[in-house]
Amino acid sequence: MAMVETMTPEQTRTPETARPDATRSEGTAGSPLVGPGEDAKVSARDCSVYYGEKHALKGVSLDIKVNEVTAFIGPSGCGKSTFLRSLNRMNDIIDGARVTGLIALDGEDIYARKVDVVQLRARVGMVFQKPNPFPKSIYENVAYGPRIHGLASTKDEMDDVVQSSLERAGLWTEVKDRLDQPGTGLSGGQQQRLCIARAIAVSPEVILMDEPCSALDPIATAKIEELIDELRQNYTIVIVTHSMQQAARVSQRTAFFHLGNLVECNDTEQIFTNPLHKLTQGYITGRFG
Amino acid sequence: MGAHDGHTVQSFEDELTQLTNVIVRMGGLAEAQMASAIHAITRRDSDLASRVIAGDSKVDEMEKEVHALTVRLLALRQPMADDLRSIVAALKISADIERIGDYAANVAKRAMVLNQLPQVTPVAGIPGMGRMVQQIINDVLDAYVERDVEKALAVWHRDEDVDAMHMALFRELLTYMMEDPRNITACTHLMFIAKNIERIGDHATNIAETIHFLVKGQSILLPRPKGASVDEMPMPEKGA
Repeated sequence: MAMVETMTPEQTRTPETARPDATRSEGTAGSPLVGPGEDAKVSARDCSVYYGEKHALKGVSLDIKVNEVTAFIGPSGCGKSTFLRSLNRMNDIIDGARVTGLIALDGEDIYARKVDVVQLRARVGMVFQKPNPFPKSIYENVAYGPRIHGLASTKDEMDDVVQSSLERAGLWTEVKDRLDQPGTGLSGGQQQRLCIARAIAVSPEVILMDEPCSALDPIATAKIEELIDELRQNYTIVIVTHSMQQAARVSQRTAFFHLGNLVECNDTEQIFTNPLHKLTQGYITGRFG
Repeated sequence: MGAHDGHTVQSFEDELTQLTNVIVRMGGLAEAQMASAIHAITRRDSDLASRVIAGDSKVDEMEKEVHALTVRLLALRQPMADDLRSIVAALKISADIERIGDYAANVAKRAMVLNQLPQVTPVAGIPGMGRMVQQIINDVLDAYVERDVEKALAVWHRDEDVDAMHMALFRELLTYMMEDPRNITACTHLMFIAKNIERIGDHATNIAETIHFLVKGQSILLPRPKGASVDEMPMPEKGA
C-alpha cells in the first residue's frame, strides 16, 4: 500500500480529539482506520468533495474492512451518500463535483489518470434506493453487464453466470421459470434483488448500497438484510441508510457523518451501546433533529 | 421454535438461541453447585465444599455473559413482542440464577464450618429439603427451555412445600437446641443453611414467574403461595 500514508489508530485517538465539541475530521472518534497488520479494502485519506462552492464532504479519512458490512449513518445532508458515490466515482457524472484527497481500492488510487472508470464500477458495484431494473427481461438484466465486459464467451457460460448471480441474490427459485419476462414486472423487493444480482454478475469486490430498502416493506427489507448477511462472506459491503436501526442490524462497523464531517467510526455494537462522541449519542438517541 | 416460524434473518435467530443456551448452562451449573454443597454437608467433605465456593465465580462469569448478550441484542436488533420479552426475561432469570449460585456457595461455606464440629443427627432433614429444591430448579429450567407455562406454574405452587419443610426443620432444630446447649452452634449453622435453601427455592419461584411473563406477556395474577413463615412463628412455650 505504498500510496497510502497509514495513520495508526493511536494517532487518531488523542485526548484533545476526544473533546465532546470536536467536529474536525482529524478528530474522528473511535477507530476509523485499520490497525497494523489489518487490510483495508477501500481507504480514504483526507477526502473532500465540493459541489461547485459547496464543501459537502470535509477531509474524511476512513478504512473499509474487507468482507464486512460498513454502514454510513447521519442526518440528511451530512455527506454520507456523497462519500459513498466517491468510492466508485459516481460523482464524476455530477456537474461541478470535485473530489480531493485520496481514495484507494486495494491500495491503488481510484482517481488516478490511468484508471478505467467502467472497470472500476464493475469492481465496485452499486445498488440504489429505488430499484431500477433495465426495461429488459430478467435474464437480460443480469446478462447485460457480463456481456459488455466480455465475461462469458458462450450461451452456456452466460446461462451459468445469470443463474449463479440470481441464486446468490436469493431470487433464482422465484424467477427461474420466467427469465424471459420483464424485470419491471417483479415486486419491489424482487426488483431490488434483481438489481443486486445485476451488480453481482460482474464479479465485484465491493458492493455499495445507497438506502437499498427505503422503498421496501418490512418483509422485503428483512429478506434483503438476510441476503446482505450472506453476501458479506464473499464481498465487502458499504451501506448508506437513514435508518440507524437498520445500520445496527446489518453492519459490523458504523460511521457517523454530520455536516460533512466524519464524527465517529467504530464497531457497530460500540456505537449503539456506548458512543464516544456527544454528537453521535445525540443523533442515535433522537436528541437532535 | 420450529423452522417455519424462525426469523428471516438467521443471525438473529442464532443469537436468541445462544442466549437460551447460556441460561440453560448457567442454571445447570447452579443446580449442580447446590447439590454438591448439600453433599459436602452429608458426607462431611470440606474439599468438595471448597470446590463449590471456587466454582461460584463461573456462575458470576456467565451472568456477565448473559448481560453482555442482552445489551447487544437490545441495541442491535430492536426486538419486539415475544423476542423482547424473551430477552428481558433472560436478564431477570440470569440474576436469579446468580443468586442461587451465591446461596449454594454460602451453604458450602457453612458446610466447612460444620465439618469441624461434632456431627449433629438432624442434618438428615437438610438433604431432603435440598433434593426438593434441586428438583424444582431442574423443573423450572425445563419449563424455560420448553417455554411451558403449565410446568412453570407447577413449580410456582411448590414454593409452599419448601416453606413448610423449612418450618418443620426450624422447629426440629429448636428442640435439639433446647435439649442440649452443646448442640446450639451446629444447629444455628444448620438453620442458616436451611434458610439459604429456602431462598434458593424463592429464586426458582421468581424464575417461574418470569417464564409466565415471557410466554403470556403478563404477570401471574394469583397471590404468591406462602406457607406459614418462620418469621411469624410464635415462641414455643418453656418445657414444650
